[in-house]
Amino acid sequence: MLSLFTTVLLVIFLLFITLPVVSLFLRISPEAFFHSLTEPVVLDALSLSFVTATVSTVIVVLFGTPLALVNARRDYTGRELVDTLTDLPIVLPPAVAGLALLMAFGRRGVIGQYLDIFGIHIGFTTTAVILAQVFVASPFYIRQARASFEAVDRLYEDAARTLGASPGAVALRITIPLAWGGLVSGAILSFARALGEFGATIMFAGNFQGRTQTMPLAIYTTMQGDMNAAISLSIILVVISFAVISAVKVVTRRRY
Amino acid sequence: MKTSTSATLVAICLLVIAGLLVAGCTTTTETPEQTTLTVFTAASLTGAFTDIGKAYEAQNENVKVDFVFDGSQTLRTQIEQGANVDIFVSASTKHMKALQDGGFMDNSTVAPFLGNSLALVVPVDNPATINGLADLNRSGVKLVIGTKDVPFGDYTRQMFEKMAADPAYGPAYKDAVMKNVVSEETAVSSVVPKLALGEADAAIVYKSDVSKDDLTKVTRIEIPAQYNVVATYPLGILAESPSKAEAESFIAFVRGPDGSAILTEYGFDPIPA
Repeated sequence: MLSLFTTVLLVIFLLFITLPVVSLFLRISPEAFFHSLTEPVVLDALSLSFVTATVSTVIVVLFGTPLALVNARRDYTGRELVDTLTDLPIVLPPAVAGLALLMAFGRRGVIGQYLDIFGIHIGFTTTAVILAQVFVASPFYIRQARASFEAVDRLYEDAARTLGASPGAVALRITIPLAWGGLVSGAILSFARALGEFGATIMFAGNFQGRTQTMPLAIYTTMQGDMNAAISLSIILVVISFAVISAVKVVTRRRY
Repeated sequence: MKTSTSATLVAICLLVIAGLLVAGCTTTTETPEQTTLTVFTAASLTGAFTDIGKAYEAQNENVKVDFVFDGSQTLRTQIEQGANVDIFVSASTKHMKALQDGGFMDNSTVAPFLGNSLALVVPVDNPATINGLADLNRSGVKLVIGTKDVPFGDYTRQMFEKMAADPAYGPAYKDAVMKNVVSEETAVSSVVPKLALGEADAAIVYKSDVSKDDLTKVTRIEIPAQYNVVATYPLGILAESPSKAEAESFIAFVRGPDGSAILTEYGFDPIPA
């Protein structure tokens, strides 16, 4: 039973979270919303966001899964440091991430100046958007993946190994399938974070419709002129975010 | 488990409430006769108005001037959404007009006070060897301009329109230049850093956007008067400002000899009152 005091706190807080989100829906008519969905600036942002967030999630899963598995199963010097480094982007302000990426991959950056010699420019390209998303979104997958791997009972892995399975086969046939729910929810969270990325992108990739202007950047830009487009894009992001959290809840519930 | 969670929740709430109370107390302990003026100022005036604010506060100890610097359109939106502001300084007459039409401004106080023109800016080592507008249509040049809705982006487009209408350049020039645009920024304040870092080859900003400090990193190239677009900056007091007398005194200072000297130093052309 909740005490009256707890109930009051709960209601106040829920209202505080719900009211601004609901206000977005109240500020636009359904006709204006659907009309905005046909605007090129909205369509470009939608497709660019989905493509970049998908690519960056694939990259995060590809590089993050082995790393999470190693950190969950092996004990080596420096493991804590590696863990801290991979978690860093979660607490780092996106502005710091954007500046750091510029310093590394910008035209005069630590790596960028050598890429420049070969005529490779990352700044102001869709590649820059993806790099920014991978940087900020990777911890969401890696943390979840590591926790799911740690939750897998080693008994099954040992059994497979004594039956002659190679380490790779153990990972692919035993550990990964058993950790599947956690991996999927981690990937979904990482995708959602990539979709919402703003600060690092606007600093590192710039703002150009169809090339680097993702949904959050388009919201920021259209707010200067076409408020309906900004609200419509915000509503789409609210709906996606809600769906993502629900999906994660369903996926993790099925497993445990 | 359950009780400890709700205990934590209550503890956090108490902390938040305590924080709010403390914050509330500190504001009331300020000297009672001190007035705070909130001035919403176009981002292009960041350097000049920061200096003007300090000079004004030094002469008027009972007034504290708080600036919010952002793109004029963003500031206008915030005012329309109910921000508490005393003075609005806009980089375009369009946004001031919109607020006047909406009844947000004390119309008798609104006046143009400043002129600003566009300039071409390149990094100091000029990697793309750009010496003037005629080099901007070369393929591969990375150009940064403002979005069409912010004043400096709007003026930049007007300038290219003027050039397209001139047979010396023509419409093909304008198309080629617009193809070279790699980023459209919403505020001038984010353009110069992109040049200073060498990310872009050139940008069109206000003449005044290049501060003395910036001149070690970027070079300013004048734009011929026949293509240049001169922006007029209006300022005015909000209809609902509770401190109109102080606001008038601040505006008089901005337009007086001290304010004009600072504005000229930053590359603006003050319009005499």
